[in-house]
Amino acid sequence: MTTARTSEGEELIPVYIMGKCYMVPPSLTIMKAMEWAGYKLIRGVGCRGGFCGACATAYRIQGDPKLYFGLACQTVVQPGMYLAQLPFFPARRASYDIAQLEPTPTTLFSLYPELLRCLGCGTCTKACPQEIDVRAYMAAGMRGDIAKVADLSFDCIMCGLCAARCPAEEAQYNIAILARRLYGRYLAPRSRHLQERLEEIRAGKFDEAIAELKSLSVEELKARYEARDIEPA
Amino acid sequence: MSGYPPEMQESIRRVEATRARRLKETFPAMSMDERDEILHKFHPDYKEETFRAIRVGVSKGQKMPIELADVVEGRPHIDPDFDLSDPIAETDVLVIGGGGAGASAALLAQEHGAKVILVTKLRFGDANTMMAQGGIQAADRPEDSPAIHYLDVMGGGHFTNVPELVEALVMDAPFVIKWLEDLGVMFDKEPDGTMVERHGGGTSRKRMHSARDYSGAEIMRTLRDEVRNREDDIIVIEFSPAVELVLDDEGRVAGAVVMNLETGVYGFIKAKAVVLATGGGGRLHYQGFPTTNHYGATADGVVLAYRVGARLGYLESMQYHPTGAAFPEQIVGLLVTEKVRGLGAQPVNRHGEQFVYPLEPRDVEAAAFIRECVERGNGIVTPTGQVGVWLDSPMIDIIHGPGTIERNLPAMVRQFRRFGIDITKEPILVYPTLHYQNGGVRLKADSSCDVPGLFIAGEVSGGVHGHNRLMGNSLLEITVFGRRAGRSAAEFAHKIKPGKPTLAHLERWNRELEEAGVDTGVVSPILLPDYTRHE
Ligand SMILES: Cc1cc2nc3c(=O)[nH]c(=O)nc-3n(C[C@H](O)[C@H](O)[C@H](O)COP(=O)(O)OP(=O)(O)OC[C@H]3O[C@@H](n4cnc5c(N)ncnc54)[C@H](O)[C@@H]3O)c2cc1C
Ligand code: SF4
Ligand code: SF4
Ligand code: FES
Repeated sequence: MTTARTSEGEELIPVYIMGKCYMVPPSLTIMKAMEWAGYKLIRGVGCRGGFCGACATAYRIQGDPKLYFGLACQTVVQPGMYLAQLPFFPARRASYDIAQLEPTPTTLFSLYPELLRCLGCGTCTKACPQEIDVRAYMAAGMRGDIAKVADLSFDCIMCGLCAARCPAEEAQYNIAILARRLYGRYLAPRSRHLQERLEEIRAGKFDEAIAELKSLSVEELKARYEARDIEPA
Repeated sequence: MSGYPPEMQESIRRVEATRARRLKETFPAMSMDERDEILHKFHPDYKEETFRAIRVGVSKGQKMPIELADVVEGRPHIDPDFDLSDPIAETDVLVIGGGGAGASAALLAQEHGAKVILVTKLRFGDANTMMAQGGIQAADRPEDSPAIHYLDVMGGGHFTNVPELVEALVMDAPFVIKWLEDLGVMFDKEPDGTMVERHGGGTSRKRMHSARDYSGAEIMRTLRDEVRNREDDIIVIEFSPAVELVLDDEGRVAGAVVMNLETGVYGFIKAKAVVLATGGGGRLHYQGFPTTNHYGATADGVVLAYRVGARLGYLESMQYHPTGAAFPEQIVGLLVTEKVRGLGAQPVNRHGEQFVYPLEPRDVEAAAFIRECVERGNGIVTPTGQVGVWLDSPMIDIIHGPGTIERNLPAMVRQFRRFGIDITKEPILVYPTLHYQNGGVRLKADSSCDVPGLFIAGEVSGGVHGHNRLMGNSLLEITVFGRRAGRSAAEFAHKIKPGKPTLAHLERWNRELEEAGVDTGVVSPILLPDYTRHE
């Protein structure tokens, strides 16, 4: 085993990666600790910033009966951690044509009938590294409240930890993205100004102005740029 | 309990002491001359000794960061006599890269009648697109117009942008917003449907559309979901980065050799057209800078395209984001979004004093941070030796009312709370971080490049943003040119009769390296950085 300190004098702590003990600096994230231990990561790593959900990790701590969950790129190691990466968890995903769906209260469970099997146990909520109340959005889904599911699930990074824990074998995050897409396409209020702009562009309203700008020399463009008025914040 | 060690807390007390005064005063903006001077003295792009000219290929003589030049001049993974006779798959359009640009291209190629294979390095969506927080620009308000957007883009890029590309960018922009909305992207809106739009650095109109502070994630996961719904026509192959492009005997791109990341086995995917959408190169850590980029951002596309003869451009300027996290150690380099300054947080030094106008252009702001720390010694040093300046985030709630930070920056709040730091009460330590590759493979308005059959989209390309990209224009670029690339590639694929696949260009490449006496010791593309410890 390696020495008990780093060159900066930091005292090393034991962690167990897939059952094998390594001494690592206590300041590292789980991800960096694995690299420090010598793993060149391929699975279980993506953005390294808490946005992509690739690095779902389950762990226990020696002497503590509880099971914990976190993102390897965002969680700092602790002494006696037993780590298991869950870079992939099989979950069902329905296939659909968003343009052919209707945003009715039954749409979610017609594509995901298992939604109605949710027991309301809340295990998913405890596992979610994004602090989303997964049980609550599943309950909203059962009521057919698409807008509520979309809102509550918005911060979901599709890491799969909820699905890994669910006794009812739900694929919560797949149901959630369906709800968000239905909301974005059908239920969110439309933008009049966007529609009007599209018509103006189609009618060629800006063609001349753009053509003129393209024809200017750099000096002329600079002068225009410096003279442009700035909308107040 | 604070996540900051005692020495840093001491400096925080000084920041708090000056806050009341600073709420009433803002440091003045620099003149054009002052900007110029600080850039030349302190911006990483002006450190001559960290750049060099490449010595082989069609863009010989072009300057780029040494780390990038080393991989561009690298040796191929495979030999020129690699067996192409038995492809592992065949398709009309091969898309390389599963980020926003690649996903857009796959969708449009499919809509134009092509069978598509999308290969990507890690999982589909493990990409810079997923990490974008701030938003996407489009001139769709009555006060705004594509012409005003055009002027902002050109000015931001120091007027070196390619006009036809900028025209495509700004004129397609409102259509792209509509397209994303129809796919189900949840943009921030007022109850009457009016888009919530904000300023970004260098915009003269408010045109930044957002989806809370998960703008890129919302776009990426929606596009990915749509690609997966078209599984009959679009096959996605993950953990299979491209290591070489293949030409046919008439010099057209005819597919790529990919590597199974887990088994190390190479295979040829034959295609009638290829879209290259591999993103940027932050993980090359130019000049030792940390980066905001995802793990697979290693500039592979620049290497691949260059070896088949596509010209490069604009790679002598990289974008350093002024506000990368500098503490805690675990998240050094990760992005602290520009919105934090946009909402009123001031940068201050270890004495709690302002030293720069908070919303200078990114390059100027970054240079000012470096000057404050390096030349003036006014930075805060962390226990691991990282230096930085404070970004006084608690000011936001004081200016706009309690709860503003929590509501507008949930991803930021969560990220720091994980390490015991409450950014609504304590400032954030920041230092410039490597953020964006302004340049890349030279692009044309239909997303084609110098090499027939090869189409380019996204951060891997060069020309749209000139020498400096404005926030919100790259999420726009990847959708505008991703769509164009998909369509152009499908049309190209329908037209051509493919010739015989060959890797003869690798023979020429190897010979050229030898004749020029170039050996950087690198096999490229490098695919992933190596962060394992070497004792
Ligand atoms: C933290 C952060 C915040 C940002 N915020 C904003 C913002 O607010 N607004 C904005 O407009 N822009 C923002 N940007 C920039 C913007 O997100 C990116 O420039 C843009 O998303 C790039 O998209 P892309 O599809 O070109 O590349 P990416 O999204 O990076 O996708 C490239 C894909 O190609 C894959 N790949 C790489 N090499 C290979 C290979 N050899 N073979 C196969 N696949 C490969 C990668 O793994 C990746 O999946 C931000 C960037 C970062 C990093
Ligand atoms: S874990 Fe499964 S069953 Fe329990 S509340 Fe969550 S979704 Fe329902
Ligand atoms: S809802 Fe499920 S998939 Fe989404 S972030 Fe939470 S645990 Fe992960
Ligand atoms: S690596 Fe993306 S969330 Fe951890």
